[in-house]
Amino acid sequence: MSAEMNLKIKIWRQKNSKTSGSFETYPVVANEHMSFLEMLDVLNEDLISQKKEPIVFEHDCREGICGACSLVINGQPHGPNSGTTTCQLHMRFFKDGDIIVVEPYRASAFPVLKDVAVDRSAFDRIMQAGGYISVNAGQAPDGNAIPIEKGRAGQSFEAAACIGCGACVAACPNGSAMLFTSAKIAHLGHLPQGVVEADKRAQAMVAQMDKEGFGMCSNVGACEAECPKEIKLENIAFMNRSYLKAVFSGEEV
Amino acid sequence: MANPCFTQIHPTCIPVSGEYQSKLTLMSESLRNDGRVWVPKKKEDAQAIQQGKLKGVNIKEEDRDYNLERRYPAFGNLVPRDVASRAAKVECDKGHGVSPTGLAVFLDFSDAILRYGKIEANKKGLTNLSNEQIIALGEEVVSAKYGNLFEMYEKITGENPYKEPMKIYPAVHYTMGGVWVDYNLETNVPGLFALGECNFSDHGANRLGASALMQGLADGYFVIPYTIGTFLANEISTPKIKNDLPEFLEAEKATKVLIDKLLNTKGNQSVESFHRRLGKIMWEYCGMARNEAGLIKGRQMIRELRAEFYNDVFVPGSNDEFNPELEKAIRVADLLEHGELMMVDALNRNESCGGHFREESVTEDGEAMRKDSEYAYVAAWEWNETEPILHKEPLIFENVELKTRSYK
Ligand code: SF4
Ligand code: FES
Repeated sequence: MSAEMNLKIKIWRQKNSKTSGSFETYPVVANEHMSFLEMLDVLNEDLISQKKEPIVFEHDCREGICGACSLVINGQPHGPNSGTTTCQLHMRFFKDGDIIVVEPYRASAFPVLKDVAVDRSAFDRIMQAGGYISVNAGQAPDGNAIPIEKGRAGQSFEAAACIGCGACVAACPNGSAMLFTSAKIAHLGHLPQGVVEADKRAQAMVAQMDKEGFGMCSNVGACEAECPKEIKLENIAFMNRSYLKAVFSGEEV
Repeated sequence: MANPCFTQIHPTCIPVSGEYQSKLTLMSESLRNDGRVWVPKKKEDAQAIQQGKLKGVNIKEEDRDYNLERRYPAFGNLVPRDVASRAAKVECDKGHGVSPTGLAVFLDFSDAILRYGKIEANKKGLTNLSNEQIIALGEEVVSAKYGNLFEMYEKITGENPYKEPMKIYPAVHYTMGGVWVDYNLETNVPGLFALGECNFSDHGANRLGASALMQGLADGYFVIPYTIGTFLANEISTPKIKNDLPEFLEAEKATKVLIDKLLNTKGNQSVESFHRRLGKIMWEYCGMARNEAGLIKGRQMIRELRAEFYNDVFVPGSNDEFNPELEKAIRVADLLEHGELMMVDALNRNESCGGHFREESVTEDGEAMRKDSEYAYVAAWEWNETEPILHKEPLIFENVELKTRSYK
C-alpha cells in the first residue's frame, strides 16, 4: 500500500557553533506516509546502529503547534508544501530517487548549535521585552465583561497563530525578524486588554529585535510566502504604526 | 507520584500505519457528535475489508453493527471516551476490525451528510432535489463544521472521509495521575510547587474535554498566587542557598554517575528501541483493559527491560556537547521506572474506575464496576527499586454522594 522510496539526504553536519560544518550525504529508505521528521528518525536509527552520531534536529509536538521544528529543505524553510511545518510535511511530496538537501536556518541571530539545530533564544528575548500584558492575578473578571469587536478578535487570532518557528527569518535575505515580532505585537495590540501597553510594547520589542542583530525589512515578502502559519505582511504595517506612534508620542522606554 | 495508573485512552485516533510512526494523530472528539461508529456484523466482511477486497460503503445497512448505539441506546455515539474506546477494542478483539491490522472501527458521516442536506434543502425551500444534490448540500454543512479535520484525515490517510467512512482506533492520550501535591500545590519536597498538567490534583480517574487547559489556568491564576505567599513569607530571611550543601552534592553526584553509566555502557541497542519496547509492553498489559495476570507479567517484563537497558544501551556522543540522545536516554531511564509504577498502581487498584478498567471488576453486563468501599483513596507512591511504597490519602465527600452513572 505504501510505496518505498530510496532517497539521498544531503544534510549539514556541524559539531558546534565554533567549528565550521559541511554537507554529508546518506541513503535512506522511506515511504510516502512518513513525515519528514520520521524519515530523519529512520536515518538516525540507522546511523546509531552503525555506531555513528545521529543528526541533531529540533522537534517537539510534531503536530504543527509548538514551532520547534525548523530545517531548510531544498532551499525552502519547512520544505515545499505551503502552510505546513516540517513535522507535518509528508514524504509523498518527494519522489523515489530524490536527493534532498537539508540545511539549518541561516541567520546571524540564529547561530548553529549542532548539525541542523540552531539557537533561537533571540526570539524568547524579544518576547520577554514586551510580548505580554500586565495583569494583576486576583479575582477573575466576568466573562465577556470586555466587549471585543469580531473583526479585531479575528485579526488578533490570526496573528496569534504564529508559532515562533523562525522560518520568516530564514526566508528573508536580510535575516529580518519583522514578521515574527509584528505578529506578536499585533496579536496583543488588537485586543482591548493589550492596547493599554501597546506603545511601550512596540518600542521595547523592536529595540530588542535590533539588539539581537536581525536585519532590516526591505519588503521582499519571502517571509509571508514561507510562513507555515500564513502570517500576513499586514502585521508589519500594524507594527510600524504602533512603533511610530510610540516614538512620536515621545515616551521613553 | 499519585494515581499513575489513571490513563485516558482517546477513541478517535487515526489507526497505526507503521513502526516508524513517532505519534498517532488525534482527530477531535467533536466528530462523534455527527459520526456513527460501526463495524461489520459478519466476520467475513471484516476480513475482506482488512484485505482490501471490500470497502465500508459496500456493506449493506443490515450487515452493519452500530455497536455504541446498540450497547448504549441512551448516549449512543456520545458515551465517554473510556467507554467508546473499550467498545472498539471489544469488537476488534472479536475479529470485526476494519483496517489492514484489524485494529480500527468505522466512523461514518453519511447519515449526518444526508440529514444536514435535507435540513438545508428545507431551509432554502428546495423540493425535488436529487439525492446527489442533497448530499452536496450536506457535505457543505459538514465541511463548515469539520472541514479542517477531514482535510487532515485525508492528508494523512489518502482517503476521502466525505465519501468513505473514516477509520479510527483508540490511542493513549492523557495521564490523569501525576506529581502528588497538597491543596496548596506544594509537592512533598518543601518549596517545590507543581502546577497544571504535571500534577494529579484535578481530574480524578478521568478527564473531561478541555479540562487540562482549565487546570493550567486554575492552578496558575486562582491557586498559586494565594498559596505560594505563605511559603515565601517564611523564607524571607533565608539567605541564598549555596550549591555546596551535602544534599546538593549528593544529587549532583548521582546524576553524574547515571550519565557516566549511560555513556559508558556502549551496548548495541538504541535508546529509541527501548522506548518502543516499553511502549508496547504498556499498551499490551496496562492499556485499555487490565487484569492481574497481565499486570504481573508486564511488571516483570519492564524490570527485565530495565536491566537490559543498563547493560546494552548505546548512547552516542559525550556529555560536554549538545547531545539529545543522552537527554533521551535519561528520560527513558525514568520512564522505565515510571512504567513499572503504573503497573504496580494498576495492580493495586482492583476496581474499574474512570480511565482504569480491571477485567476482574465488572458488572454482570460487562460494564465498569467501582469499589468505593475499598478504593476511595488517592494512591501516592514513593519510589523504591524493589517495592514501591503506597501512601493512601482517603477521599472524603462532604457535599456530594458517590454514584455510578449509567449510559444505557
Ligand atoms: S511569523 Fe510565521 S514564519 Fe515567522 S515565526 Fe511566526 S509562524 Fe514562524
Ligand atoms: S515539532 Fe512542533 S511545530 Fe513541528
